Amino acid sequence: MKTLSKVYMFLVFLFLYAPIAVLVVFSFNDSATMSRSVWSGFTTKWYIQLFNDQMLLVSLRNTLIIAVIAAVVSTVLGTSAAIGIMGMNRVTRKIVMNVTNFPMVNPDIVTGVSLMLLFVAAARFMGNVSLGMASLILSHITFCLPYVILSVMPKLRQMDPNLSEAAQDLGCTSIQAFFRVVLPQIMPGVVTGLIMAFTLSIDDFVVSYFTSGTTQTLPIFIYSMTRKRISPEINALSALLFTIIILLLIVINVRASRESKRADTRKGGAAI
Amino acid sequence: MKSKAAAYPYVVWMALFIIVPTALVVVFAFTDRSGAFTLKNIQGVGQYSNVFLRSIWLGAIATVISLVVGYPLAYIIAQSDSRRQNVMIMLVMLPMWMNFLLRTYAWMSLLEDSGIINRALGACGLPQIHMINTAGAVVLGMVYNYIPYMILPLYSVLTKIDRSVVEAAQDLGANSRKVFMRVTLPMSMPGVISGVTMVFVPAVSTFIISKMLGGGSNLLIGDLIDMQFLGSAYNPNLGSAISLVLMVLIFICMGIMNQFDENGATEGGAMV
Repeated sequence: MKTLSKVYMFLVFLFLYAPIAVLVVFSFNDSATMSRSVWSGFTTKWYIQLFNDQMLLVSLRNTLIIAVIAAVVSTVLGTSAAIGIMGMNRVTRKIVMNVTNFPMVNPDIVTGVSLMLLFVAAARFMGNVSLGMASLILSHITFCLPYVILSVMPKLRQMDPNLSEAAQDLGCTSIQAFFRVVLPQIMPGVVTGLIMAFTLSIDDFVVSYFTSGTTQTLPIFIYSMTRKRISPEINALSALLFTIIILLLIVINVRASRESKRADTRKGGAAI
Repeated sequence: MKSKAAAYPYVVWMALFIIVPTALVVVFAFTDRSGAFTLKNIQGVGQYSNVFLRSIWLGAIATVISLVVGYPLAYIIAQSDSRRQNVMIMLVMLPMWMNFLLRTYAWMSLLEDSGIINRALGACGLPQIHMINTAGAVVLGMVYNYIPYMILPLYSVLTKIDRSVVEAAQDLGANSRKVFMRVTLPMSMPGVISGVTMVFVPAVSTFIISKMLGGGSNLLIGDLIDMQFLGSAYNPNLGSAISLVLMVLIFICMGIMNQFDENGATEGGAMV
């Protein structure tokens, strides 16, 4: 039984990682025929070509600009929304939460198409404006917002509602009370929301595909690469991205385990 | 914290970027190019019923395969000791962090007629198999991309099952098959349901996987919508009608699934 489950696990992980391994290995393939699957010697030329690809650099820059703006705006807007929603009465809260859940349940393609209709109509209304960075940023903020709210809300619920009132009784203005008392309490949720929004934005293809006009983001660039030219550059790009992701995950995990250790000792101290 | 006002910017935002665009989809679905009311678009969707059936069929197969393959893995992970659990869950999540276009592209180079799998078969003296541009390849792409969404909820439910309940069943004379069928499986139903929805919804509405792995002959609903908005068959009114039908379809599925979930929850409550 033990060996059987080990074999099973090995097979599933093989299925999950074989394609990625193939991508990485063939990013070093020196193939003159541009074939994706014949090995003809080691090279790093695809990586060099990648860094000289102007289109790639532009799309990477666009992706990062959009992700940073979308993450920051959706975190600020979402955190304040979460606080406001907590103060609402039952019925209003239920309605607002249903609207919040809507884009998460709705298929991405429908969200993309509906935003495209809106932006096309708005662009026509405003004259000769075409879709681009502005429509991308607006739509990314829109699909990030629910995730921010859903990661901040539980932290707000855990918090003692009297805390901020106590701070105000002690002479804080409500804004001071928010920054000095509430925000530090809900910070973990806010940070999670920010990170989620950032990664969602970087990774999004479907919504961007419909709202980008002619502007390229990294996923759209990758898409056009898979459609038009068969170049090992795309393998090099995947290998690079995969390495960055692994490094990021290691950093986050080390930080998280250090924090949980700290929390453990703190809890231990309290118990004593 | 009675600061409802903090949510107002968000409410305005969602009204503008969720409710208005969704309303636009509905309006477009029921009007023709000149803006007059018509039912022709909705009726026009009928001629694509084979595409709808194919999408639902392939999405359902992919969901069932993900469940059958993912459940044992989630079970094995939940049974192992906690430090290994974290590593293995990380390994399940890691491929999700890589752009799905790149992962799907990797399968293109594996499944091609002159691809790696066929070369390996040829090297072993086995006959080659035609895999790319078939419905099977599309299902494979769906399973590969979405199986983590099945494994993760299953795992989180399975780790929460109280060991002593399983032990009690064993003490009372149930063999391991009976324990699984009558205790573990019923208690993991909420995980099964959220896994099934999380795989089925994106699988039904995908358009990239079918484009990349299915060639032109395996059109899905997503491809149809894409074609109406950004493709050759430009007709946003028909596209909106198809999107609307897809949206309704998804919400009906979710409603049915939630029904199951509620039943499961009450049964679980009755059991305790």
